[in-house]
Amino acid sequence: MSTLKAEIKSPPVYNMERQSAFSIGHAFAEVIKTILTYALLCIMAVFVISPIVWIIGASFNNASSLLSATAIPKNPTISHYVELFTETKFPYWYANTFKIACINMVVSVILSMLTAYVFSRFHFVGKKAGLLSILILQMFPSFMGMMALYNILWQLNLLDTHLGLILTYAVGQIPYNTWLIKGYLSSIPKSLDEAAKLDGASSTRIFIQVIFPLSKPILTFVALSQFMAPWMDFIFPRLILSSSKKMTLAIGLYDMIAGDTNNNFTTFAAGAVLVAVPITILYVCLQKYLIQGIMAGANKA
Amino acid sequence: MKKSTRAGIMSAVVWGSGQLANGQWAKAIIFFVGQIMLLFCFPSVCDGIYGLATLGETKMVINGSKVTMGDNSIILMIFGILWLFVAVAFLLLYIFNIRDAVKNGRLRDAGKKPLRVKEWWSKITDRSFPYFVLLPTIILVFVFVVLPILFGFLIAFTNYSAPDHLPPKNLIDWVGFQNFADMFRLPMWNDTFGGVLLWTVIWAVVSTFTCFFGGLLMACLVNSRRVRFKRFWRSIYILPWAMPGMVSLLIFRNMFNGQFGPINTFLRQANIIEQNIPWLSDALMAKIVIFIVNFWLGFPYFMAMMTGVMTSIPSELLEAARIDGATAKDEFRKITLPLVLYSTAPLLIMSFAGNFNNFNVIYFLTNGNPINPSYKFAGSTDILITWIYKLTKDNRQFQMASVMSILVFVVIASISTFNFLRTRAFKEEDMMG
Repeated sequence: MSTLKAEIKSPPVYNMERQSAFSIGHAFAEVIKTILTYALLCIMAVFVISPIVWIIGASFNNASSLLSATAIPKNPTISHYVELFTETKFPYWYANTFKIACINMVVSVILSMLTAYVFSRFHFVGKKAGLLSILILQMFPSFMGMMALYNILWQLNLLDTHLGLILTYAVGQIPYNTWLIKGYLSSIPKSLDEAAKLDGASSTRIFIQVIFPLSKPILTFVALSQFMAPWMDFIFPRLILSSSKKMTLAIGLYDMIAGDTNNNFTTFAAGAVLVAVPITILYVCLQKYLIQGIMAGANKA
Repeated sequence: MKKSTRAGIMSAVVWGSGQLANGQWAKAIIFFVGQIMLLFCFPSVCDGIYGLATLGETKMVINGSKVTMGDNSIILMIFGILWLFVAVAFLLLYIFNIRDAVKNGRLRDAGKKPLRVKEWWSKITDRSFPYFVLLPTIILVFVFVVLPILFGFLIAFTNYSAPDHLPPKNLIDWVGFQNFADMFRLPMWNDTFGGVLLWTVIWAVVSTFTCFFGGLLMACLVNSRRVRFKRFWRSIYILPWAMPGMVSLLIFRNMFNGQFGPINTFLRQANIIEQNIPWLSDALMAKIVIFIVNFWLGFPYFMAMMTGVMTSIPSELLEAARIDGATAKDEFRKITLPLVLYSTAPLLIMSFAGNFNNFNVIYFLTNGNPINPSYKFAGSTDILITWIYKLTKDNRQFQMASVMSILVFVVIASISTFNFLRTRAFKEEDMMG
């Protein structure tokens, strides 16, 4: 097979039309096109990078106002980073968000994976109804039950607790994640499980040793998106959490500049940098899984 | 009388007695316990359903400093839904109990023996594995997803709103389709709804298409054979996607600040403008800024997806086309582009649905402002979802927020259903696979 491929690949066959591309007129046009391409790339790069450069620069600015926050600070200082830790509850927010993100990730991956596994590999009464409900439930925008959720959490004494927020995130996404993972599991041939069963493996063992390793790409995607949700979400923490020590980063950062923008700005900038850097690195490193997961989700809808 | 009929009638009166007659004592005990539980729950079930039907009758009375608590309509409603489901569960158990008695009675009529306890037990444990695994999830999903959604749905048919119908101080009542009628008949609501809906649709369409084609353009540019250091360029353009969206949006909100923002400062210093540009305080300008910022946020997503598709096109395919005399242009137009468009079309639909409900961009960038005096509780750049949020959080017009949520759901559900039916997953592969 590999030799066959090599034969096709080399030597490259150029037809007459291709060779004529090396004439002078064409060469000139090629140069112009290349310059234009690079020009466009550079313009877009500036467009993309300038806000990022500005916020990083602003975080090192000496003054605290938005007006004086320049991309290139005159007297660079790290005092705003120090302020974040000494004068605001930033460390708490960071720790809270990280904790909520991790637990949310673990809980929702386990629950959705088990649910998806059962739906894709077992036959039982009510399966069709269950799948249909999942399909319908994942269409509802999550804010729709906002007020009821508030009252339910109040009745369960879970208001202003992280457990309440985690349950909201983890359970709220079960229908969508289950649907996504189930679509992926269905593409793993059942003959694999059957072969394992013939070899005497139990259901649990098949799940752990066959299905689980094979579904790693989609699980990575689900895990990552569940991990990311608490860093970005505003609606639910605002609804559920009220004491400032328990807040998440989204709320904390928002409040920092919601009122008096011009005065807290550089501290906000420092906070923004501290949040964005690790998340951005994580995303860039795992983008392969993200792209796979999104495409899988799109085609299974 | 046939044994099956007799067992059925017995079970209909005393649960499990038919099973006992069939000789299945283990089942009989389970069903009988079910009936005992029903007897215990019966008052609560009745109270719950009564509460759901009336939404409370005793008002809170404030007499000087003495407060006598009345009914809380919201709690009554939530528990009413809960008990209604319990009632349905009991009803199903009851029907199952009779059917089971009849079924096994028929076996006896036919001269066969129903399953013995041991056989039945092994059959049950064998089959119930899925239920055991699903049970915790089902309970959690019911409490945290289904119940809130049902509640949100029912609120649309009540008068739950400020200032006169806010529990626990006041009671709320069922009003039928009154809110829907108000939404479409009262000019104040109607105008706001029409205006906000129109802007929501424009926003969703324009933002999706700008990002889609921007992403396509950038993917083509970066992957063009002219460009070197592809990885380097790609890593730059992917940054907006990788950054937490909320942080980026708050940064932009400050960059476009009309008074102190760096963009106006820069333009003034460069002598391009003399007066500050009201980026976020002029309705039209704010909308343009929203599109620009959303483009910044959104095109990398499509670029990443399309690059993924482009790099997965087998090189043999392109080689073959080249051998057949295809130019670079042909290759792009006839192979790359169709493949990319084909595999990213579902993303386009999903992204449209996502933008329709894109709370973050609007709320963090403009907060729905500038204020529009002819709108009720909404600003010029508010889309439906941010309007719903404001109605709920700031203005406590829960009934109208709920009406709107239902309308949004109808839109999103139609899109999802269309997308779902379109995929082959539904048509070819068995959905239950």
